Amino acid sequence: MTPLAAYLFLAALLFAVGLGGALARRNAIIVLIGIELMLNAANLNFIAFWRYGPNPEPLTGILFVLFSIGIAAAEAAVGLAIIMAVYRHYRTSNVDRITSLKG
Amino acid sequence: MSPWFYINALLIVGSAVAAMSLRNLVHCALSLAVTFAGLALAYLQLQAQFVGFAQVLVYVGAVAILIVFAILLTRGSETSPECILSPGWLWGVGIAALTFVVSGGAILSSKLLPAIQGEVPSATVRQIGDQLMTKYVLPLEVVGLLLTASLIGAVIIAMRQKEEGQ
Amino acid sequence: MDQVWVELKHWLVGLAPSAVQPWLAALISVAAIIGVFAGLFALTTLLERKGLGRMQNRYGPNRVGPFGLLQPIADGIKSLTKEDIVPRSADAVVHFLAPLVLVVPVFLVLAVLPVGRNMAAVELDTGVLFFFAVGAATEVSVFMAGWSSRNKYSLLGAMRALAQMISYELPLILSSVTVVMMAGSLSTTEIVNAQSGYWGVFPQWHVFTPWGFAGFILFMIGAAAESNRSPFDLPEGESEIVAGYYIEYSGFKFALFFLGEYIGMFAISGLGITLFLGGWTAPLSFLTWIPSWIWFFGKLLALICVFIWVRGTLPRLRMDQLMNFAWKFMLPLALINILIAGLWRFMPSGLVRWAVCALLVVGPYILLGRALFQGRKYGVRTYRFADS
Repeated sequence: MTPLAAYLFLAALLFAVGLGGALARRNAIIVLIGIELMLNAANLNFIAFWRYGPNPEPLTGILFVLFSIGIAAAEAAVGLAIIMAVYRHYRTSNVDRITSLKG
Repeated sequence: MSPWFYINALLIVGSAVAAMSLRNLVHCALSLAVTFAGLALAYLQLQAQFVGFAQVLVYVGAVAILIVFAILLTRGSETSPECILSPGWLWGVGIAALTFVVSGGAILSSKLLPAIQGEVPSATVRQIGDQLMTKYVLPLEVVGLLLTASLIGAVIIAMRQKEEGQ
Repeated sequence: MDQVWVELKHWLVGLAPSAVQPWLAALISVAAIIGVFAGLFALTTLLERKGLGRMQNRYGPNRVGPFGLLQPIADGIKSLTKEDIVPRSADAVVHFLAPLVLVVPVFLVLAVLPVGRNMAAVELDTGVLFFFAVGAATEVSVFMAGWSSRNKYSLLGAMRALAQMISYELPLILSSVTVVMMAGSLSTTEIVNAQSGYWGVFPQWHVFTPWGFAGFILFMIGAAAESNRSPFDLPEGESEIVAGYYIEYSGFKFALFFLGEYIGMFAISGLGITLFLGGWTAPLSFLTWIPSWIWFFGKLLALICVFIWVRGTLPRLRMDQLMNFAWKFMLPLALINILIAGLWRFMPSGLVRWAVCALLVVGPYILLGRALFQGRKYGVRTYRFADS
């Protein structure tokens, strides 16, 4: 396996772990952790391609990842704020119990 | 592939699986911090030093702490006796496995991936700064606005509302 | 004389077969850093206790050895032989790992400080970013220590310490961003080289410019807050919250926390010296014959003495005073400082530049100070005397 393929494989594995956890757990914060793992897997993909791939535009991979890190931080902040507000109202952070809009 | 890559990959995947499957939420958050650190090591192995250190600074130093605070503020540290898995968790794990099989297959059977290593592209801080100020200045400003908006928004959403009628 | 340590290291590395040489070089650097800074730690514990004692009109420890010089050895023996108590309901793994997660990053950041000419252990293109990134990783250890002890006071102390560290990280990083901007590089050796000129006799250190002076003060206040030193030591206040987040630690683990805290103080003072006080350069141009590493450690000792002095003098800040100070006072000043540094760069050098920049530093400082103190209402001062 070439190094690039190895890193892409690792990123795919990490993405699958994040996706599985986000879909299977019932605590809202763990779902958010899964989402962060997925974002990180994508970042790893970008950096692997920057290092090993053909580079017509230098530094695109690095800059994309820098912006992605910044945006992920903003999204984690807002997501956690929403989870805390929902907890205050429903007294639970179990995603299966937050069903007022259902049906 | 050097043995460091395999050790690092084991660390990353192991702590990611731990982050998703542990019962105690604070342990999950700490395993996530270990995953982030492992990923920073991977970036350093890929010769992207700026991104690696930015990953540690932002993710380990801020996002992991944020998650830990949120766990404590939503009383997540008290372990509940009920099952940690959502009903229908099997479907979720199945979909994730399917995703992995499809992407893994695509990677391993691709003929487009270059087989040669190539020399390390240079990414000095000066070049990154230069690009940020010339070609990527619009995304930079937009991200600044986004971060301001999310900061204000998060504070407003999480603020305790004053009780009505008091 | 200046390069004696570098030449010693090259000679020692040359003695080994060439396959082992990179490993041996790294090992020698690591051993040197740990040896020197751990020795400095022992000296500082003694200096602190005797200094504080003198400021409080008493002698410090003076029983063990002449003038109490062997006190650190006695302290070391005590902490190594104390019983290591772990509470039964504590989370054993996290409780064990917390001191490690503190000590490892704090020693890692010492690698990037230029201790003398050509004497930075690792020359990184992104030295300052590395420092702040790895320094931010110590916050995780504070939380781990506080939470794993399953003790309300411990958790409360850890939360306060975390809030304090996060709040003061911003003015700290912003004041060093000013220096990075003016020196044009994130590499610590580059920043020291940018300060190595002399105007006649006086050095061109960053602290001798208006933005550098303001930045240095902000950096030092942020440094005191980051290492939980008085007057910012509410999280570990010995008289209030019973040593905060390391209540449940005893013996060697407590010694590790103590070590980590002091080495963190050295590391951030070292960075302050590198960024603002010219690193290893001499203060007067005719004193450059004194070796560079002596200047660095001299400046480090001076900053440590200032920290000890401030600890003995100022009372502790309350939590809300602390947070107000960081967010409402230091952050605007740090941002204005960046503006001033930009102005300094683009104005022609001379008296006008000095006057404008100094005014722009002092003006907002006075205005902010006035504005923030407006709302204080003080009660009438009363005196009560004991009946004779």
